[in-house]
Amino acid sequence: MTDLLYSEEEEALRAAVRDLLTDHCPPAGVLARTESDAPHDRTLWKSLTEDMGLAGLLVPEEQGGQGASHREAAVVLEELGRAVAPVPYLTSAVVATEALLACGDGELLGQLASGRTIGALAVGLHTGPATGVRTVRLENGTLHGELTGIADAAVADVLLVPADDGGLYAVTADAATILPQTSLDLTRPLATVRLAGAPGRRVGDTGPAVRRALRAAAGLLASEQLGVADWALSETVRYLKERKQFNRPVGGFQALKHRLARLWLEVVHLRAAARAAADALSSDRDTDITVAVAQAYAAPVAVRATEEALQLHGGIGMTWEHPVHLYLKRAKADSIAYGTAGTHRETLATLADLQAP
Amino acid sequence: MTDAGELRSRSREFLDRHPPASTGRLDFLRARFDAGLAWVHYPEGLGGLGAPRSLQGVVDAELKAAGAPDNDPRRIGIGLGMAAPTILTYGTEEQKRRYLRPLWTGEEVWCQLFSEPGAGSDLAALGTRAVREGDEWVVNGQKVWTSSAHLARWAILIARTDPDVPKHQGITYFVCDMTDPGVEIRPLRQITGEAEFNEVFLTGVRIPDSRRLGAVGDGWRVAQTTLNNERVAIGGMAQPREGGMIGPVAKTWRERPELRTHELHQRLLTLWVEAEVARFTGERLRQQLAAGQPGPEGAGMKLAFARLNQEISGLEVELRGEEGLLYDDWTMRRPEHVDFTGRDAGYRYLRSKGNSIEGGTSEVLLNIVAERVLGLPAEPRTDKDVAWKDLAR
Repeated sequence: MTDLLYSEEEEALRAAVRDLLTDHCPPAGVLARTESDAPHDRTLWKSLTEDMGLAGLLVPEEQGGQGASHREAAVVLEELGRAVAPVPYLTSAVVATEALLACGDGELLGQLASGRTIGALAVGLHTGPATGVRTVRLENGTLHGELTGIADAAVADVLLVPADDGGLYAVTADAATILPQTSLDLTRPLATVRLAGAPGRRVGDTGPAVRRALRAAAGLLASEQLGVADWALSETVRYLKERKQFNRPVGGFQALKHRLARLWLEVVHLRAAARAAADALSSDRDTDITVAVAQAYAAPVAVRATEEALQLHGGIGMTWEHPVHLYLKRAKADSIAYGTAGTHRETLATLADLQAP
Repeated sequence: MTDAGELRSRSREFLDRHPPASTGRLDFLRARFDAGLAWVHYPEGLGGLGAPRSLQGVVDAELKAAGAPDNDPRRIGIGLGMAAPTILTYGTEEQKRRYLRPLWTGEEVWCQLFSEPGAGSDLAALGTRAVREGDEWVVNGQKVWTSSAHLARWAILIARTDPDVPKHQGITYFVCDMTDPGVEIRPLRQITGEAEFNEVFLTGVRIPDSRRLGAVGDGWRVAQTTLNNERVAIGGMAQPREGGMIGPVAKTWRERPELRTHELHQRLLTLWVEAEVARFTGERLRQQLAAGQPGPEGAGMKLAFARLNQEISGLEVELRGEEGLLYDDWTMRRPEHVDFTGRDAGYRYLRSKGNSIEGGTSEVLLNIVAERVLGLPAEPRTDKDVAWKDLAR
C-alpha cells in the first residue's frame, strides 16, 4: 500500500525549508508585505528556487529539474502553508509546471524549473479538475479576452492561456494587462488578465493539460492546508498554555481542552489524507479517488482549525496586528481553490459508485 | 534468534514434528507454546523466544498456510490482550508458569474485574474491599461490565486494601478464581437486547496472597499496564476500502436506489470520505509502528472510530426508511463474540453507542490527548490528596 510516512530525505527537506522561512518569512513581515505594492516576496522565492532548486522538483533532470516527486513538493507546501508564505510555489512550480509537463514543452519547462521564470495557468483559482474552463478568443493568430481570478498572475512572467480553439497558449506577461483584484487571501492575491491582440505560442491542448494540472493542484493543496491547520493548532495550544484568566492558564479549562483535542485528531487525519494524495500523485495509483478524498476532507479541517484559532485567541485574534487572520483568509480561500469540498464529493459519487438519487 | 528466516525454518520444523492433520487441537497448541512460537516476543520458556514482536506475523503465516488450528483469539481476548501482559510484567516466576500457558491455549478463559457501579471513568475510586486474614485476602464488593465472566476460570481483580490513604495508593491487584463459591455472576442486559457483559458480586471471596500481582498498595500502577494494552487492542486493525461500518451502507445505497434522497446522499458522501481518511490514518499509524516510530496518534484512533461508527450506523437506520422502524430480534442472548458490524442496521446503531463508553469514554480520552499529547494543564483536582474513605460519594 501507499507509503504514508516521511522519508529521512523528506524530513531533511522540511527542516531546510522551515529554517529558511523561520529566518526570512516571519508573520510580521508577511503582514507588512500585504500592505505594500509588492505582496509577493521575490527574495524568498529566489532563495527557494535558485538556491535550493525547489521549483524543479516535479521536472525530470533531463529537462532541467530535480527529478523528485509530488511527495517532496508536498513537504515544501506544508512548510509554505505553515508560514502563509507569499510565493507562487503552488501556482508556478506545481500548476503551470504540470500543465507544461502534459504538453511536453521542454523549453519553458526548464525555465520554470529554474525559478527564474514564474508561470501562471490562466484558469480561475476556483476551478476544480472536473470543471470546464473559460477561454479567450483566437482571432488572426492573436488572443483577445479577459480572464479573472488568476492567482499569482501579478508576479508571473508567462501566462498559460486557454483559447477557444482548444489550445493552450504561452503569453508573456508584457503582452497582457494584469490588474490586481482585491482578494480575500492577502498572501495569494488574484488578478485579472486582459488580452487585446496579444501574441501567443501554442504549447499544447488545454483539456489534458488543465486536468493534469488541477488534479495535482487539488491533491497537493491538501498538504498546504495541513501546514495551515498545523500552525493554527500549535500556535493556539502554545498561547493557551501562556494566557491566564480566572487565575489559571486558559488551556486548563476542559471545555477548551476538548476542542483542541478534537482539532488535533482532525489534523492527524488530515496528515494521513495529504500524504495519501501526494503518494498517489507520485505513483499514479488510485490517484483520482485519493485526491478527491483528500480535498473533500482537507478544506473543512483547515477552515475549522483557523476559525478555532481565532475564537480561542479571544480579542487579540480579531486584531489586524495578530497573524491569525492571514491563516483564516488563506484557509477560507483554499476551501474554494481547485474545487470546493462539495465538488470533490460529487466527483466521488461517480468514482466510488455512490450515485445521486 | 531474531530474524525472519530463522523463525520461518523453526516454524517449518515444528510443523514437521507436529503435523496439524494428525495432531489434536489442544496438543498442537500446547506444543506450539512450548516451542516458543505462541508469542515470539515473550521470553523463552513462556511461549516465546525473546524475538521482536513484529516477527509474529512470520510464524502465524507459516502455521496458517499449513492449516494449523489457532487459539481462537476472539474468545480469549481479555486474557491475551490484558491479563497476559500484566502477568508478564508484574507476576512472579511461579505465577507466570502457572497462568500463561493455559491462558494462551484457551484452556483457561480470563475476565477483568475492574469497573464498579460507583467507579467508571473514576476507576481509582473503586470500593470493592480486600481485607487481609493471615495468608489470605477476603474480598467483598460488586463489579460490572465484565465480559466472559460466565466462561472464565480466572479474573484480574483490583480491590481496595487501604481506605485510609488517597485513592490511587490503597489499591492492590489480584488474580481471582471465578469458580470460588463467593463469586456470583449475573448477565447484564444491554440496549441491544442481549447480554455481552455481566455483573459480578463478590461475597467473602478468599484469595490466597500468592495470587497477588505486584506489591500491596501498588495495584493502580499494575492496572495501568492492563489498561494501556486494552487501548492498543481497540481500533487498530488493517482495513480494505469500505472495510468498516461504511461497507454495508454503501452496499445498500448501490442495491436499493428507491431509498436514496439528496440529503442522505450528501451525508453518505461526507461519511464515506471520513471513513476513507480514518482508514489512511490507521494505516499510517501501523506504518509508524512497523518503522519503530510510534507516534501519539494511536491515542486518538478509538475516539475517531467511535464517532464514525455511530454516525454511519445512524445514517443507515434512516436510509432504510420503513425497515429502519423494525429490529431483528430483542431476545436476550449471551453472544460468545462481539461483532460490531454483525446483524442488522438497528443493532449496529445501538451497539456502536457503547464504542464511546467502553475502554475509556471519549470525554476521558479527550482529556488524555489534551494533557499528554498537547501538554495542556490538568484541571485543578480535589481528590488526589484526600483519604479514599473521605471522598464524596
